[in-house]
Amino acid sequence: MANRQGPIIFSAIEPSAGLKTALDKGRPGTIAEVRNSGLKGRGGAGFPTGVKWNLAASARGDRKFVICNADEGEPGTFKDRVLLAEYADLVFEGMTIAGYAVGAKEGILYLRGEYAYLRSHLEGVLAARRENGLLGKGILGKDDFDFDITIFMGAGAYVCGEETALIESLEGHRGEPRNRPPYPVTQGYLGCPSIVNNVETFAVTPHILAKGADWFKAVGTDRSTGSKLFSVSGDCERPGVYELPMGITVAELLEHVGGENAKAVQIGGASGHCVPRKDFSRTIAYEDVPTGGSIIVFGPGRDMLAVAKNFMEFFVEESCGQCTPCRVGNVKILECIEMLEEGRCSIEYLNEIIELCRTMQVASKCGLGQSSPNAFLSIIEHFQDEILGRVHVCR
Amino acid sequence: MLESERNLLRKDIAELCEKYGHDRAYLLPILEAVQEKYRHVSDVAMQEIADGLGIHPVEVYSVVTFYAFLSAEPKGNFIIRLCRTISCDMAGKDAIARQLENELGIGFGETTPDGRFTLEWTNCLGMCDQGPAMMVNDVVFTQLTPRKVHEIISECRKQFGPYTLQEKEAR
Ligand SMILES: Cc1cc2nc3c(=O)[nH]c(=O)nc-3n(C[C@H](O)[C@H](O)[C@H](O)COP(=O)(O)O)c2cc1C
Ligand code: SF4
Repeated sequence: MANRQGPIIFSAIEPSAGLKTALDKGRPGTIAEVRNSGLKGRGGAGFPTGVKWNLAASARGDRKFVICNADEGEPGTFKDRVLLAEYADLVFEGMTIAGYAVGAKEGILYLRGEYAYLRSHLEGVLAARRENGLLGKGILGKDDFDFDITIFMGAGAYVCGEETALIESLEGHRGEPRNRPPYPVTQGYLGCPSIVNNVETFAVTPHILAKGADWFKAVGTDRSTGSKLFSVSGDCERPGVYELPMGITVAELLEHVGGENAKAVQIGGASGHCVPRKDFSRTIAYEDVPTGGSIIVFGPGRDMLAVAKNFMEFFVEESCGQCTPCRVGNVKILECIEMLEEGRCSIEYLNEIIELCRTMQVASKCGLGQSSPNAFLSIIEHFQDEILGRVHVCR
Repeated sequence: MLESERNLLRKDIAELCEKYGHDRAYLLPILEAVQEKYRHVSDVAMQEIADGLGIHPVEVYSVVTFYAFLSAEPKGNFIIRLCRTISCDMAGKDAIARQLENELGIGFGETTPDGRFTLEWTNCLGMCDQGPAMMVNDVVFTQLTPRKVHEIISECRKQFGPYTLQEKEAR
C-alpha cells in the first residue's frame, strides 16, 4: 500500500479486519454499525449509507447487486483513481462487506473508460482475493456467504455516473437517467434490488467495521462525520489527493495545499459552487459547502468568466439531452457567457438567464441539469465587477 | 466491403454474441470489442450485432452514438484525446493542442489521411493534479510539454512498420 496519511481511509488497518468483524457481527449488526457511524455517500449527493444498505437489505428479491460507482467524471476529481490504483483491496473489501450486509452475491465495479489502464491491475487484485478465499464461495469459511465482483467498462459519458444512468448503461442502453421512484434499492440492475455507492464510500466501510462507529464519528462534524478525500488541482503549490476531516474551512484547506493567495476556489467540480476569497472561512461539509471532493484553486490572475465558460462547454457536451431544461438551458447559458465575453449582454438579459438557471435547477430530471447552473450563478454573483461591461477586443 | 471481410466481421461478432450468451445486457462490451479491433462500429457491424442479440439495429445505433468512446465512423490506429477541462486548461492545454496539430497536420475531430491518428478533445481524464494530460488509446500521458508531444507522436510512428497480421485481417 502506498504511504499516504490521513485520519480514516489512509490510517493503518489489518487486511480483512473489517470484513471479519462484519461476519462476526452478522447482517443487522453490520448495517447498524454503518448507520451509527453517520457515514454519508462520498459521491456527492450525501445520502446516508447505512439507510441505503438497510433499504436494499429489506427489499424483496432473490438476486441483489452491489455496484461500485467508479465513473469519476466530475471535473477536478481524481481521488477514486488513487483509491483504485493504491487501495483496491480496501475498496473490494468494502464491496464485500456491503454484499454480506444486504444479501447480495454479485458485485459490479463500473469503471470509466478513461481508467481502462487500471483494469488489469484490478483484475489481478480480484484474482488474488479469490485465491485467498476473500471472494467466491464460502468467504472466510462462512458457508452461507458467496460473493464475487466483476468489472464493467464505461465508454466515455459523464452522465453515466448518475446512478440510474449507470444502471441503464450496465444493461446495455444509452446512459439516460431514469425517473425515480422506483429507486435502485428496490428496482435497480435487471430490476433487482441494488445499491450504488461511490468508491470512497466503500473504502471507508472496512475502517468503520474494524474500528467502530464511535472512532469514525470522532472525526468531522455532527452532521458530516468522518473525513473526506479531496482532489486538489489548479493554482496551488501541492496539488494531489488529501484526506482531511469534514468541516475544515476553505482557508485551512488552502494552507495545506499551498494555495493561500487564491482568488476563488471551485468546490464540488463543475456542478459545485465557486467560493470567493471573502468566504474562505466557510466550511466544507454537507451542512455548508458540500463536495464530492473536487477542489479547483484559482489564482489572482484567473479570468472567472473563462472558468464559467469551460464548465458550461462541459455540460453542453455531457447533457444526455433527454429533458428540455437541461438540453436547451445549458446552451442558452453558454451563449450568454459568449455575449458577456464580447461585452454585448444587457443586465436585463442576464437576469432572464438567471431566471432560466432557477428553472433548470427545479425542472431538470437528474442531478446534471439540476446542478449545472451552480457554477455560472455563483461566478456571476461574486465576480460581476470583472464580468460586466467588457470591452470586446478583436483578436 | 469485400465479402471475405464481411465474413470475418460476422464471425467475430457471432463469437462475441456467443460469449455473452446473446444477452442484450452485454451490448456495451460487445461494441467495445468491435470498436477496439475495427476502430469503429460500421453499419454492417451494427446490423450483425442487432441480429445476434435479437434487437433492432436502431437500438444499436442509438447506443453507439451515445458514448464518446464508440463511433460509427472509422478512427485512426492511435486515438489521441486531449483533456480540455479546467485544470488541464489552466495548466496550458492550448500549447499542447497546437503542437499536436502541428505534429499531425490535422485539426481536432480529424483523422490523418493514412488512417493512423485521430485527434480529439475529451473531458476530464481525472489527471487534474498532473495536467496537461491526454490519452493515446488506453494509455494516459501527463505533465505534457510541446516537446513531450513530439516524442510521444514519434514513438507511435515507430510502431507502424508493415501492417501487423491482425490489422490486415481487420481491413
Ligand atoms: C451527472 C451526475 C454524475 C455523477 N457522477 C458520479 C460519479 O462519477 N461517481 C459517484 O460516485 N457518484 C456520481 N454521482 C452520484 C450518483 O448518482 C450516486 O448518488 C452515488 O454514486 C451514490 O453513491 P454514494 O452514496 O456512495 O455517494 C453522479 C450524479 C450525477 C447527477
Ligand atoms: S437533466 Fe440533463 S442529463 Fe439529466 S436527464 Fe435531463 S437532459 Fe439528461
